[in-house]
Amino acid sequence: MNLPAWTADQPLISIKDVHKSFGDLEVLKGISLDVMKGEVICIIGPSGSGKSTLIRCINALIDIQAGSITVEGQQVHDANLDKLELRQKVGMVFQQYNLFPHKTALENIMMAPVVVLKENQQEVETRARKLIKKVRLEGKEDSYPGELSGGQQQRVAIARSLAMRPDVMLFDEVTAALDPETVKEVLVTIKELAADGMTCILVTHEMGFAREIADHIYFTDRGVIVEHGPPATFFDDAKDPRTKEFLGQIL
Amino acid sequence: MDVIWEFFRWLYDTQGINLTIFYDDLDRARFLKGIWTTIHLSIVAIVISLMIGVAGAWLQMSKMIWLRNIVQGYIQFFRNTPPLIQLYFFYFAVDATLSSVLGIKGGVLDGYGWAVVSLSFFAGAFNVEIFRAGVEAVPQSTVEAAEALGYNRLQVYRYVTLPLAFRVCLPALNNNLINLLKTTTVAYAIAVPETIYVANQIWSDEYNVLEMMNVVWVIYISLVGFLVWLMHKWEKSLKVPGFGQ
Repeated sequence: MNLPAWTADQPLISIKDVHKSFGDLEVLKGISLDVMKGEVICIIGPSGSGKSTLIRCINALIDIQAGSITVEGQQVHDANLDKLELRQKVGMVFQQYNLFPHKTALENIMMAPVVVLKENQQEVETRARKLIKKVRLEGKEDSYPGELSGGQQQRVAIARSLAMRPDVMLFDEVTAALDPETVKEVLVTIKELAADGMTCILVTHEMGFAREIADHIYFTDRGVIVEHGPPATFFDDAKDPRTKEFLGQIL
Repeated sequence: MDVIWEFFRWLYDTQGINLTIFYDDLDRARFLKGIWTTIHLSIVAIVISLMIGVAGAWLQMSKMIWLRNIVQGYIQFFRNTPPLIQLYFFYFAVDATLSSVLGIKGGVLDGYGWAVVSLSFFAGAFNVEIFRAGVEAVPQSTVEAAEALGYNRLQVYRYVTLPLAFRVCLPALNNNLINLLKTTTVAYAIAVPETIYVANQIWSDEYNVLEMMNVVWVIYISLVGFLVWLMHKWEKSLKVPGFGQ
């Protein structure tokens, strides 16, 4: 298209005044935020405040009614959008892992590059084995999801997303369904990813983790961004009473 | 062979049990051919009906309502009418109409061909419903994960939805395929020389209805038993830990 080519000094993801309703229920009421390459942002807020809906809009799993979202300069909600190109750039990890239960851990990781990107099977396998190592699951290559713990499944899911070599990763409450003991192993994996320079958007309830990892925190409530800022100022010096109340309940 | 021949002759001479298919070359040849026709007809109809099921369940997920309506109409037509009448309809009505429209003399397909078509459509209608139920049992979140990885609709169906749906609906599929195998007997009505048709020929010639009836029971129990065994083996090989158990 005629759009100027995206460069790394522009936001990787730019969300402008996004509105979304499900029937009569308006879930997003004008959300705007920018994410630069290499940045890690956390979106926090009470249940039903539209966090998951927002990140599902970024990879076009959900349509929006107004506003715009661009990923590397490309309009996400455009009828002519190449969804494959977008989804290759934007990886996503879910609360319930959502692995393919009929495929082994290794196959789960290999499937999308082979089936969707039509990459060479051997090359993909080499890469997948490296990813298994990266998420510390050596020896579990041939296990089925049903044979893995929640934390292990979630790490396979992260590796499965990384196999597509995305430019940005979306994490949708990825530790919310895990046992407390296994939360840490998943958080360590995400922290390493962030340290490698991966751009990450996390919806999370792990405040300690958000504080440690995020460059910027967004607090959403009832479909709007109430307050945002770097973790230090956000957690210690919140201005809005709603933010204060939420943090007071959770910390 | 001689021992068998001797035995069944002896059985007839001393006990009056006349199993000509074991000592008469002509009867044996036509009976084996009849069994083979049943097997052949079953396999071809099973394969085509499975293809109809897979395609129909896919079309039922279409956004185009007229397409879904066509599939629904097909299912209702073939599910709510007797298979024998469907067979007559194809063999007499459809064949005659097609022949005159296309200007083909002597029919478009022979009896066997129309039996394949008719039985495949009959069982296919049930297969569509069976697969659709399986597809609906696949969690939406699993489909969403595949979409987030860039799979298009057909890839999601082929690599995620269908393999999982299969595992869910195998017991129901089992029943329908057994039913299909048994329903191949309607082909008798249009003179397709399958098991029951040749058995009838034999007992008309040899006056051994009782004996042949028993043989026919054994044949169908064995054929269905084999199909069930095969389906169970398949079901076992598809089993994955932590899914559908």
